[in-house]
Amino acid sequence: MAIWVDEKVRLLVQGITGHQGKFHTKAMREFGTKIVAGVTPGKGGTSVEGVQVYDSVEDAMVMRPNASIIFVPAPYACDAVIEALDNGIKLVVVITENIPFHDAIKFVNYAKYKGATLIGPNCPGIVSPGKTKIGIFPNHIFKEGNVGVASRSGTLTYEIVNELSMAGIGQSTCVGLGGDPVTGTNFIDALDAFERDEETEAIVLVGEIGGTAEEEAAEFIEKKISKPVYAYIAGRTAPEGKRMGHAGAIISAGKGTASSKIEAFKKAGVKVARFPSEIAGMIKNDKKIW
Amino acid sequence: MKLLEYQGKELFKSYGIPVPKGEVIEKKDDLKKISNPFPWVLKAQVLVGGRGKAGGIKIAESVEEAGRIFDEMVVKGVKGEKVRKILVEEKIGIDKEYYLSFFIDRSSRQYLMMFCSEGGVEIESIAEKVKKMYVNPLVGLQNYHLRKIPQEVRGIAKNLFRLFIEKDCELTEINPLIISNGRAIAGDAKIIVDNNAIYRHEELPNEFVELSSLEKEAREKNIAFVQLDGNIGVIANGAGLTMATLDALNEFNGKGGVFLDLGGTDDVEKVKQAFELMAKANQKVILINLFGGITKCDTVAKGIVEFMKERNISQPVVARIKGINEEEAKKMLKDYVITANSLEEAAKKAVEVI
Repeated sequence: MAIWVDEKVRLLVQGITGHQGKFHTKAMREFGTKIVAGVTPGKGGTSVEGVQVYDSVEDAMVMRPNASIIFVPAPYACDAVIEALDNGIKLVVVITENIPFHDAIKFVNYAKYKGATLIGPNCPGIVSPGKTKIGIFPNHIFKEGNVGVASRSGTLTYEIVNELSMAGIGQSTCVGLGGDPVTGTNFIDALDAFERDEETEAIVLVGEIGGTAEEEAAEFIEKKISKPVYAYIAGRTAPEGKRMGHAGAIISAGKGTASSKIEAFKKAGVKVARFPSEIAGMIKNDKKIW
Repeated sequence: MKLLEYQGKELFKSYGIPVPKGEVIEKKDDLKKISNPFPWVLKAQVLVGGRGKAGGIKIAESVEEAGRIFDEMVVKGVKGEKVRKILVEEKIGIDKEYYLSFFIDRSSRQYLMMFCSEGGVEIESIAEKVKKMYVNPLVGLQNYHLRKIPQEVRGIAKNLFRLFIEKDCELTEINPLIISNGRAIAGDAKIIVDNNAIYRHEELPNEFVELSSLEKEAREKNIAFVQLDGNIGVIANGAGLTMATLDALNEFNGKGGVFLDLGGTDDVEKVKQAFELMAKANQKVILINLFGGITKCDTVAKGIVEFMKERNISQPVVARIKGINEEEAKKMLKDYVITANSLEEAAKKAVEVI
């Protein structure tokens, strides 16, 4: 099981000839991901790491990809996402950061209209350990198991996942939702999928300041989620009105504070950690009672 | 990027949204050149909210009075923000005041138009009276949306939406939207342009009034850098991890003074640039928290060591480094920094060393 991605993924890499595209094509292959084609307009006929490069998604469809990862630079990313969606790809993972918000909100809504799942933008991707990785997560931190992780942050998630694996707690799927204000997939989507997934026994959410995604997730947990949920929220000491690295990490007009999110989670019965390293210990303690 | 009121009003004019007659000045002498009849409204050009109550908007009946107000605004500032420019406008008779805005609504992933028949006050105070209309980004603003707001402001709403889209805005807000003798006029202009889209708007002022000079320097170098009010400078890789490190300091009664996200770099030069910025920020301690999943720890360590040899900085540096090649990194750093094995230990040591 696992959510959204498994060994059936046949991946297309858009922007495969760039620095990131090349590097992560190699890393994803080493993880075991089945990469069937790459696209870079104007570079058709070449190859990267033994993967055939095509000029367009339409051309690449001969290799029957069913998912795409986008490394295309921000000014051209919107075009690349829409090209994938128009060719019938139903899972698109957008790694690119600094995409204009109006571009992102357009392709996020277009994906919904096309009935596709879109993860990101500005995210590290998605991994189902032992099955596949569509993203830029380091390969060695994962372990197969039964905890689902959804996060708005990259390295902080690596840190938490690494601690989980070291403590012997494996993961069903880890998904990076992205640090932008508008993302294709949010905590509620991930919670809903983890709740349905038989392999997932517990869920970890890594949130941060900005927006109300955590508050909405808390409400959803209270109503719909039977599995235990653990959370960490970054930005308890962040000031109002400052963007803390991520475009989406900003407290505006008193909304989006860490304390509001922590309170909402606690009210919904979610255990909230003070340090990222506490999560693994909390789960280990509780594992006996599940 | 936040625009000042006068910059926003220039944009309004080019989009056919009426604004009061006015001129922006930087020197007191320029007051003499203003041809508008009295009374004048002097508006300090600052970004901070609640400007009116804080003495940032005053009325003058003569050039002399305007001069006194000018001096006072420049000396006092508004809520701690410096006043560099003042907008001098004609006074508009007010029959009614509305509120109108467009912004990107994160939870619905839609555009949101907000309208209120009571403007001129802070929007939070009228929250329950605000009409909210969602606008799907794939199809844009429709006439049925416009029919829900008064006839006399529909044209302005249409133009404001066009500006919102064409200039890649996160927010366009008119508060108050004044009705004067049957005419609608934008009394104020609040515009936030998406930083990610500035590259495609050479016509816009590239000023970043909201950033400190160090923050501007960091922006040019593509480093996420935020000045805070503590004395421990934090460098980490990734925004979430950097915030988590600042939060950990707080657990040990320390306070972060700089947020610096190194991002996914193992470029030695970029590491040195980050330390250069940190040195300028005058922190008592520098705390590095690195999780090298793909970033190589030894490359980052090399940058740190090179910087410390070249610059001989006086502050202690506490480093917690984990990930690829961490043993090599630790060996390279051991004569230069205080090392720690976990985030908690690093935060504790950084607070203690002050």
